[in-house]
Amino acid sequence: MIDFTTYAGPKIGNALNKLLDDRHSRHLGIKMDTPFTRVLVFLILGAAFVAGYRVIFGLGASTNMNDYWPWGLWIAFDVLGGVAMAAGAFMIAGAVYILNLKKYKCIARASILNAFFGYLLAAISITFDVGRSAVIWHPLIMWQINSVMFIVALHLVLYLTTLATESSPMVFEKLGWHRALNAVHRIMVGAVMFGVALSLLHQSSLGANYLILPSKLSPLWYSKHIPYMFLVSALMMGFSMVSFETILTGKVFNHQVPKNVLEGLAKGIVFFGSLYFAMKLGTVISGPGLGVLLHDGFLSFMWLLEMAVGVVIPVMLLAKTSSRKNIETIFVASILVILGVLLNRLNVGVFAVSSYANHVGSDYFPSIMEFVLTAGMIAFAILGFKVCAKYLNLFPDTGH
Amino acid sequence: MTISRRGFLKGVTGSAVVLAAGIPSVEAKMSTELPSEAVGLLYDATLCVGCKSCMVNCKTKNSVPGGALYKDGVVPGVVDSLLCRKSDKTEAMKSPPYETKTIAGNEGIWDASQDLSGDTLNIIKAYRNGTGEMKDSPTNGHAFFKQQCLHCISPACVSVCPPGALIKDPKSGIVYYDAYRCIGCRYCQLACPFNIPRYEWSSPWPEIRKCQLCRHRIAEGKYAACAEYCPTGATIFGKVTDLREEAKKRFAMKPGTIYDFPVQTFDSKSTSTRPVAAYADKIYGLTDAGGTQNLMLSAVSFELLGFSKDIPASALPDLTWAYIAKIPWVFLGVFLGGTSLYAITSRKNKNGTDKGDHHD
Ligand code: SF4
Ligand code: SF4
Ligand code: SF4
Repeated sequence: MIDFTTYAGPKIGNALNKLLDDRHSRHLGIKMDTPFTRVLVFLILGAAFVAGYRVIFGLGASTNMNDYWPWGLWIAFDVLGGVAMAAGAFMIAGAVYILNLKKYKCIARASILNAFFGYLLAAISITFDVGRSAVIWHPLIMWQINSVMFIVALHLVLYLTTLATESSPMVFEKLGWHRALNAVHRIMVGAVMFGVALSLLHQSSLGANYLILPSKLSPLWYSKHIPYMFLVSALMMGFSMVSFETILTGKVFNHQVPKNVLEGLAKGIVFFGSLYFAMKLGTVISGPGLGVLLHDGFLSFMWLLEMAVGVVIPVMLLAKTSSRKNIETIFVASILVILGVLLNRLNVGVFAVSSYANHVGSDYFPSIMEFVLTAGMIAFAILGFKVCAKYLNLFPDTGH
Repeated sequence: MTISRRGFLKGVTGSAVVLAAGIPSVEAKMSTELPSEAVGLLYDATLCVGCKSCMVNCKTKNSVPGGALYKDGVVPGVVDSLLCRKSDKTEAMKSPPYETKTIAGNEGIWDASQDLSGDTLNIIKAYRNGTGEMKDSPTNGHAFFKQQCLHCISPACVSVCPPGALIKDPKSGIVYYDAYRCIGCRYCQLACPFNIPRYEWSSPWPEIRKCQLCRHRIAEGKYAACAEYCPTGATIFGKVTDLREEAKKRFAMKPGTIYDFPVQTFDSKSTSTRPVAAYADKIYGLTDAGGTQNLMLSAVSFELLGFSKDIPASALPDLTWAYIAKIPWVFLGVFLGGTSLYAITSRKNKNGTDKGDHHD
């Protein structure tokens, strides 16, 4: 290992040395220099290029958004999707720190860290999505409380801080900063509660962004209850995300997770999946009527696809108690839920305004640059997580 | 345990109450009432001859300091935004933002706006059907219509703007834009039910552009340029209460009645005398999206002219307010509920294991 004290002086060098010490995670067998990592780095560089291009030449030159289609892939996927993918953290944190359900403690750190990267992804993407990135902080000092977006912005900042606080013990531990560690421990329960409140609001607020569009959003998705549907689907997504990454990290980093944890998570998917299904169906029946599911062409198809992939199939897969004991079944079901909810966010963010926008003669398909930025952001989140898994003690109670 | 549980619980409950009470609620809701001195336009499509004098003058009269099309260079714009201050630039623009590249063969010759855009705040479009012969006839006829910001009484664009860059003047009711505040998120574009705000997509420091009812001219004692330069009285400027009466009067009159239509402003001395046309379904703007300060009359129904028929007749910001008003309660609920759950579950745990309250 490189000794940083020779380069950065004893104080900083020592801290760096401690941070980069990966003895505790050796058993996970994480290698940094793999082809996969190189692909990730390549994608991140691509995104960095797009970000630079976008700042210099503007949104018109880099994206296909237009006056009738002002929000595109970045909002729908990176922001709506990224935040939904992060829902697992507050649920697990709440279960462990507030409800004292100790069995989930072994996955708490990983899911909080995952959420941190999910939100970071959303925050970075929206920074490049707004046309005046350099003043994206304006809402923080220019309050406008009628705006759901203002509320989202405020929450995004507060929640990122909360997630950083919740993750900080991992770093302090390594540095051996006991005073800081104690301080964080003391406020932990409060921080977690704050995080739970923020998350509940944040998840539903993203849906509430669309409340003001009764005449633009397709009736397949528009509903007075869209904030609550966003929340419930995020909870469903949260359970899936946590079980997905628990199983995945178990496979890749070879560490074991207690089966009863996964079983609990699978139950959560079934419960919230069924609730979500009822809400979605109720909206269509009380709104445009079930007939619209057959007559609205492409949009009906997208609605059915989203429901089949993200809700019906996974809930059916996990409905039986015995199937909830099978790790492979849980794995598949989790992936389906994740894809389904992401598709829902894309539907709301991109496709649901299509009939309105087409009516006035406009069309949208993301540009190459929009795809490149999104891909790079995903790569960034994966790589960030991997680095943290190597250098931080992510799975404290397992393995050794 | 490092701090006593009682102390902790007290602290949490206390801060939750402060949080919930600290968020101003009732006064912050957007008004759904017409402001006391609200002004607006009445556009009567049956008088419009499609001369586009309103468009030409809209563009030139707004390309002066204070106007809705006026813009500094990128650098001063960025600096003003970063320092959170209004622009104080007074140099004249080189030229109004003409759109000379919108149709083939017109490289740099004349201003040929095809639609509202970052450079066009007001546009006259034509409706055509069949032979197009008869003016104001839905079949085999033609008609003109005007698109611009309608200055909603309860504007969706204002309610959604995160840094409050779009503002409704509490007196005149004009919905205007403070460029330095804007972050360029385009939520206003999405939220406006009439799809009015436009964005400078090609600029690295883009602004939102929409009609601001010549607010800068009103401050000088003048009024909206499109009304002042309309030769026929198709567009007139006035107090909203007066314009509503005028529109209702015209709408109620028997087609063919000879009437003195005021020109330029509602209380103008000059009039244009001609028969009243047969108006279509409704006076546009009385109730649409909760009511707008600009009103429109037409002999061809607004749906045929392309106006969305799904816009509710109630104020849109109310839809979000119902949600936002609940937020303080969520904080209160989570803190109170969470604290009690925490207290209960930790006590249970304490009886069992002794690994108490230190988690990480
Ligand atoms: S018409 Fe649109 S831009 Fe104009 S005030 Fe109403 S919501 Fe705002
Ligand atoms: S683009 Fe500007 S004016 Fe429009 S909502 Fe965003 S910050 Fe407000
Ligand atoms: S509104 Fe008046 S100025 Fe504008 S095109 Fe019609 S007649 Fe001409």
